[in-house]
Amino acid sequence: MKKFLIALLFAPVLAFAAGASIHLDKWPGSVSDKASLQNGAKLFVNYCMNCHGASYMRYQNLTDLGLTEQQVKENLMFTSDKIGDLMMVAARYDEQKKWFGAVPPDLTIIARARGELGNPGAGADWLYTYLRTFYQDTKRPTGWNNVAFEAVGMPHVLWELQGTQVMNPETHKLELAVPGKMSPAEFDKAVSDLVGFMVWMGEPKQEFRQTLGIFVLAFLALLFVVAYALKKEYWKDIH
Amino acid sequence: MAGGNFEKYKSDGSLGGNVLEWVDARFPATSMWKGHLSEYYAPKNFNFWYFFGSLALLVLVIQIVTGIFLVMHYKPDAALNAAGVPVAFASVEYIMRDVPGGWLIRYMHSTGASAFFIVVYLHMFRGLIYGSYRKPRELTWLFGVGIFLVLMGEAFFGYLLPWGQMSYWGAQVIVNLFGAIPLVGNDLSILIRGDFVVGDATLNRFFSFHVIAFPLVLIGLVAAHILALHETGSNNPDGVEIKEKKDANGIPLDGIPFHPYYTVKDIVGVVVFLMVFSAVMFFAPEGGGFFLETPNFYPADPLKTPPHIAPVWYFTPYYSILRAIVWNFFGLDAKFWGVVAMGASVVIFAALPWLDRSPVKSIRYRGPITKVMIALFVVCFFILGYLGTQSPSPMGELISQICTVFYFGFFLAMPWWSRMDKFKPVPERVTVK
Repeated sequence: MKKFLIALLFAPVLAFAAGASIHLDKWPGSVSDKASLQNGAKLFVNYCMNCHGASYMRYQNLTDLGLTEQQVKENLMFTSDKIGDLMMVAARYDEQKKWFGAVPPDLTIIARARGELGNPGAGADWLYTYLRTFYQDTKRPTGWNNVAFEAVGMPHVLWELQGTQVMNPETHKLELAVPGKMSPAEFDKAVSDLVGFMVWMGEPKQEFRQTLGIFVLAFLALLFVVAYALKKEYWKDIH
Repeated sequence: MAGGNFEKYKSDGSLGGNVLEWVDARFPATSMWKGHLSEYYAPKNFNFWYFFGSLALLVLVIQIVTGIFLVMHYKPDAALNAAGVPVAFASVEYIMRDVPGGWLIRYMHSTGASAFFIVVYLHMFRGLIYGSYRKPRELTWLFGVGIFLVLMGEAFFGYLLPWGQMSYWGAQVIVNLFGAIPLVGNDLSILIRGDFVVGDATLNRFFSFHVIAFPLVLIGLVAAHILALHETGSNNPDGVEIKEKKDANGIPLDGIPFHPYYTVKDIVGVVVFLMVFSAVMFFAPEGGGFFLETPNFYPADPLKTPPHIAPVWYFTPYYSILRAIVWNFFGLDAKFWGVVAMGASVVIFAALPWLDRSPVKSIRYRGPITKVMIALFVVCFFILGYLGTQSPSPMGELISQICTVFYFGFFLAMPWWSRMDKFKPVPERVTVK
């Protein structure tokens, strides 16, 4: 009986141990750093939005990053001139399907979709790892492979910035074969900004949500004091 | 106007009094207020566990009110929009971004769904430990089981509406289960889906069930549940019938009017509940990936099956029971028996009033067997729930089979273990700490 109970208690632990996955680098950024988010937005519209849409977002919402509408129009809008437009790809999705074989996924809420059960914030870590672990692989049709996403269909669009990484067949570690425009530290920072933008874009109201939450909890705490006093007053004659 | 109806309430001459007299002659306003609130006598010894009934009612109201506003902006349409995203999925993100306050309404509704089950499970557990299902409250319990079943349907239909990957594939898996029923199974699952696969027809009928059919039935059952309860009077942690000891005016000695005593007490419960609810909603609306499953942030894709399809946490214990049945019996597929076991694991709660043969109601006066059995039942329930969130594994399968056997053993062997158990004498009157 005792053994049976112990087995029951440890069952979840064993089940957990079974599911091993790749190591993810922790995303070092924050969604409250406006300058970082602005840089991330710039990288996003320049490098991602050629193929991927962010079709739940309006350009107008980018003003929440501390930009004026004029700044958004001049620096971040290439496919549209109306500030209220959704951030769509210039190409039609059915044409993209013909070209690429699949529609590149919408990235508005990709950071949330890549979260894990028990750790919804892990999506940022996954993106941060994924965008930094492309390596040259001549066996792939695009010439690129990825550590976080085996046999990925997307080529390494940031290769000019990062340079070319190769997989060392002995150590199974990535090595920078050809340096890019950025140093590894600069590139990590750029990717961190880009991931930060995607985390922010996943839920633009997330900071306001938490601020509001503090006020709501403070109000409820006050209400509790009143409600509890009222209950005590009414119940004092019940024994 | 002639007739005795004016005698029920005599106006004191004030405007309000005159209006009330007018109304009371035509509608039982005052008598309902008295019968269900100001002169409904509830035992004075309710403890922590007795908050969850009124909280379930609160969550029902939250779900209905937030639901009304969500329906104003949500579009049950599986067609693709200009960006190649299903309209239904995009409309949820539209609510989250472009509708003023929409994110708050939507999070209230999604957090409310999980809160509903947490509160209802705790409410059912209260009934289990204090024997609230026993004579004379069998019908209250049966209406409650009905509420639970309808709530499960309501949650299942509602989960399809965001039209994400888990919505889609969860519905696909569950509706396919009906296909395991011999002879009629295939036609039945086509009838439910309205198509050969989960599609626009399914989304629209599930939307209809979720916003009209099931809420209507739910509200009706809740009314019946409360009416039946108020007919017999509430049970209490001692399992003592307070109506057996009354004063000269016919008022139970251990009873206090629900209003104002329990209304003011329940307000405290409501505030504490709202604090927990808000803490989740404002600071962790995904509920750790349990309330909003992360794969559901991908739009439904009928051509891409997710590697692991798991229902939302509140269904996982039953899902584990479904997966635990892996043997074919009587020439019928294991899947069919899995469906039968899953259905039975929910419906079996209805038999509790007739399975429990203990001479006393409350766990307070019952012996060690009851306490161990209930504790193990809860442990099994949690383990089954946990395993249901995980990918299938040989170890998990074995553990879920052991837990399934115990789950049913708990109920089916209850007539014996509940009678075998020792019990203490029950006091004449309720005890208050």
